[in-house]
Order: sequence, then C-alpha cells, then structure tokens
Amino acid sequence: MFAALANPARFMAFSRWAAPILGVLGAGLVGYGLWLGLNAPPDYQQGETVKIMFIHVPAAWVSMMAYACLGGASFFSLVFRHALADAAARAVAPLGAIFTGIALVTGMLWGRPMWGAWWVWGDARLVSVLVLFLLFLGYMALRASIDDEAKGARAAEILALVGLINLPIIKYSVEWWNTLHQGESVMRAGGSALAPVYLTPLLLTGAGYSLAFGALWLARIRAEVWRRRATSLALRAALA
Amino acid sequence: MIDHALSVGKYAAFIWPAYGASAVGFAWMIVDTLARARRWRRKADSLEKHKES
Repeated sequence: MFAALANPARFMAFSRWAAPILGVLGAGLVGYGLWLGLNAPPDYQQGETVKIMFIHVPAAWVSMMAYACLGGASFFSLVFRHALADAAARAVAPLGAIFTGIALVTGMLWGRPMWGAWWVWGDARLVSVLVLFLLFLGYMALRASIDDEAKGARAAEILALVGLINLPIIKYSVEWWNTLHQGESVMRAGGSALAPVYLTPLLLTGAGYSLAFGALWLARIRAEVWRRRATSLALRAALA
Repeated sequence: MIDHALSVGKYAAFIWPAYGASAVGFAWMIVDTLARARRWRRKADSLEKHKES
C-alpha cells in the first residue's frame, strides 16, 4: 500500500476521498466520546477534573504518533530521496506542534487543581513532552532558516531522526524516574486500570483524534504537493 | 443530560479553558490546512492554465 501511495498521482487520487472520510469519522467519534465523557460521574480522587483527561490524553497520544510519523517520513526521505516523504514530513510538523501544545496546556490546567502547580520542572514526563514540542518547533525553524529548500529539508530530517530518541523517553519516563505524573493506566500489562465509564470515552476520543490527525495530515500533504507544483511551474515560466 | 454534562462544579475555571484551548487548536489546524490547500491548488491551477495558453 505504501509503495502504491508513494506515487504522487495515486496519492492525490486516494487522499481526495480518504481525507474527508477520516475527518467526518474522527469528528463523530470525538463528539460521541466527549458526550459520554462529560456525562461520566466525577472520579473519587480527581472529581470533575477527570473530564480534562478525555481531551488531554488523546492529544498526548497523537503528539507522539505525529512525531513517529515525522521520523518515519524523514527516514524515507533521507534514505530513498522520495519527494512525497519529504512533503509528508513537512506537512506533519505543525500538526504535531499543535497537538503537543494542546497536551501541554490541558495538562497544566489539570495539574493546577490536582497537584497545586501549573508546571513541575523536575517531572520527567512533563519535561520530555516539552522537549517534543521544541523538537517540532526546531524542525520547522531549521527548514525555514535555510534558503536552499533541499538542504533545509536534509538538516531538519536529521534533527527529526535524532529526536526519535525522545519517544521512548516520554513513554517510559513514568517508570524510569519518580514522577508526579501518574503512571501508565491504559496501555499496560494486565489491562487498563480505568473503569469502563472512563475508558470507553477515552478510547473513543483517542480514535477520533487519531482519525482527525490523519485527515489533516493528508490534506496538508495535498497542499504541499500543490505548493511544489506551483513553485516548479513558476520557476519554469520565469526561465522560459 | 445536557445540564449534567455541562455542570462541572468548582473546577469549571480549569475544565472549560482546557476544552477551549483544544477547540482553538483544532480550529486553527482545520482553517490553516483548508486555506493552505485552497491557496496552493488555485495557484497551481492558474499557472497550469497560463502554461497551456
């Protein structure tokens, strides 16, 4: 499937119908998940702030997924010199930055009433997610700072690959260090620690965020393909 | 049901800004993505037509 979609014409034909379908499905799942989540009973420890979990946790999941996509696309672009992979890498970075920003802001708004602090610099989970946010910004800044687009892409893609090391650090930070952030409670050995009344809306919003991310990513790759086509045509017109 | 969903008690000052920030983030991503796609598609189409003529 990836080999077939690596052809830009096939990708454009596929994404033309796939992006809106993913977007509508994602919006439906997020809407239904939030409806169930907002009607869930208060948690015995967190009270009503548990309702922040249904938007915070999916944003954090998708931010890591977006970085994995950035790393994967960068790898294919660097190794196979594939233009569509480079377009995919460029397209995913702003989305990853926004999802990470949402995870950070909603996490702070949960932490203030629960921990008594907006931010804790000594917490490995918080700091490693902040590093993820800075990696997305760094990727975009590096690309934008080099006039030669190909050289900028190469430099940013190397940065993206180096930054992949941060993903296992984020994932296992709550196990490797004593953190204020709670440990893994959904995807863990022995099953989820969450009651179904919280787990169901969380999984629905998680699936919805993922599909919405997929829709936005496809649409941004399409925009990037058109941008490159327009740039190439403008250059040819100028040289003619 | 709606009243129950919207009543978040003393933590409203934290919960609604969190939902608001998420909504703003999603709105930006959707608007920027669609605007970018529309702008570059139009530009590519117009250059293509110019090239053909």
